[in-house]
Amino acid sequence: MIYISDLSKQFGKLHALAHVNLEFSSGKSYALIGPNGSGKTTLIKSVLGMVVPTSGKIEVDGANIHNSWLYREKIGYMPQIGHYPENMRIGQLFDMVRNIRKNPPILDEELMEAFALTTIQDKRMHTLSGGTRQKVSAALAFLFNPPILILDEPTAGLDPVSVEILKDKILQEKDKGKLLIITSHIMSDLDDLATEVVYLHEGNVRYNNSIAELKDITGETRLGKAIVQMIRSLEKGIPEVINLK
Amino acid sequence: MPRIIKYVFYDILRTRFILLYTMFLLLSTIAMFQLDTDSSKVILSLMNVVLMVVPLVSVVFTTIHFYNSYEFIELMLAQPVNRPVIFLGEYFAVALSLCFAFTAGVGIPMLMYGSGIHGFTLLYSGLMLTLVFVSLAFLSSVLTRDKAKAIGVALLFWFYFSLIYDGLLMWIIYSFSDYPLEKITLALVSLNPVDLARILMLLQLDISALMGYTGAFYKDFFGSSLGVIFSTSVLAIWIVLPVAIALQIFKRKDL
Repeated sequence: MIYISDLSKQFGKLHALAHVNLEFSSGKSYALIGPNGSGKTTLIKSVLGMVVPTSGKIEVDGANIHNSWLYREKIGYMPQIGHYPENMRIGQLFDMVRNIRKNPPILDEELMEAFALTTIQDKRMHTLSGGTRQKVSAALAFLFNPPILILDEPTAGLDPVSVEILKDKILQEKDKGKLLIITSHIMSDLDDLATEVVYLHEGNVRYNNSIAELKDITGETRLGKAIVQMIRSLEKGIPEVINLK
Repeated sequence: MPRIIKYVFYDILRTRFILLYTMFLLLSTIAMFQLDTDSSKVILSLMNVVLMVVPLVSVVFTTIHFYNSYEFIELMLAQPVNRPVIFLGEYFAVALSLCFAFTAGVGIPMLMYGSGIHGFTLLYSGLMLTLVFVSLAFLSSVLTRDKAKAIGVALLFWFYFSLIYDGLLMWIIYSFSDYPLEKITLALVSLNPVDLARILMLLQLDISALMGYTGAFYKDFFGSSLGVIFSTSVLAIWIVLPVAIALQIFKRKDL
C-alpha cells in the first residue's frame, strides 16, 4: 500500500534518511521505532509530502506521490505536536477541516464523543492543554475514516483513561484491515497495537520484521526487552538477528 | 482555493490589525482634507504617506501574518490540498484585505471631499504598491524559517526601495551628469516600484519639481498615456515575479 524505495533526505549536512527501502501493506500494523533524531518523523512527513525528499520514490496505492496531493485523502495523520490556528475554537477547527475535504466519506466521530470534545467545542485552541490538543489531533486523524493511519507518538501526554480509549480505537481500526504506522517510545503500547516492527537508526532501516518473530529469536516475551536485545546485538554486529530478513 | 481564502480572511479579521490600519488611513486622510482646501495639495501630502507608510505596513503585516499562519499551513498540508492552492490562497487573502483597507481608508474621504482624477491615481498607485510589497514580503517569508530574519529581510526591501535606492540613483545621475542619461535612468527607475508609483502620481500633478530628482527628471520623458502603460506593466512584473519565485520555493519547502 505504501512503497518506499531508495528514499534519502538531507538537511544541510545531516542525513536524516539514507537509502530507505520499506513496504507497508494494509491490514498490518507497524511500529516505527528508533532513538530520538533517527528519522522517524522525517519518514512520516515524507510520506505526507510535508518534507520533500532529496532522492528516492514513495508510492501510495501504486501512484507516485511526487507533486500529487489527492492521495492524502486516504491518510489520517496524528502529529507528534499538533499545531493548530491558535485563535480558532475547537468546533470551528473541525468544521474547517471537514469543509476543506472535497469528498467527505462517512464521518467517524466516535473519538470526538469519547474524548468529550463536543462539550468543549467553544474553547479556543490556545487555551488547550497539551493532552487536550493530542485528543483533538487524534479525533481529526480518525474523523474521515481513512484506510491509512499514521500516528506519531499517539499516547504521549494523554491521561490513562484517554490512552485506553485511543488504544481501543486503534485496535478496532486495525481489525477493520487498515494500515497503521505508529511511532512511540512506550514499548508496552506498541506491544498491544503493532504486529510489525521497523527499527530506524541514523536514517537507516536496521530491522524490519514481525514482532512475533523478534520475540521468538530473542526468547523474550515482552517487546521492550526483545527490542533492547535486538539493539544490543545490532551494535555488537551479531549477525543472527540482522540476517532475519 | 475560495475555501482557503475564506479561512485566512477570517483569521486576518480576528486580529483587528486591518481594522486599525483602515482607521489610521481614514483619520489621516480626513485630517489632511480638513487642514487644506486645495485638493491637489492634499493629494500631494497623501502621496508621501502612501509612498512611505503603505509599503511599510504591507511588508510587516504580511511577514508577521505568514509566520502566524504556519500552523494553518501545516494543518492544510496534511489534508488533500495542493501546495500552490494553500500558498496562493494565503497571498490573495492578505493582498485583498490590505487592498480593501487602503481603498476604504483613503477612498471614502476622497469621495466625501471630492478629489477627481488625482485621487483616483493616488488610489491606483497605492493599491499597486500594496500588491508589490505583499509579494516581496511573501518572498522574504519563504526564504527563511526564522521569523525575525524574514521580517528583517522584508524591512530591508522597504528601506532599500524607499530610501537607499533614491540616494544611489541621485549619486549616479550626479556623477555622470556630463553624459546623456535619459534611457539609463528610465531603466533604473523601473527597478524601483516606489519610484514608479511616484512617477505615476507626478504625471498627474504639476509639481514634479518639488519632488526628488528621480521624479523631476522623468516628467518630460513620460508622455502621459505611454507613461501610465509603461509603469503599470513594470509594476505588474514587480507584483508577479516575487510571488512566482516564492511559489516555486514554497513548493519544495520542508515544513
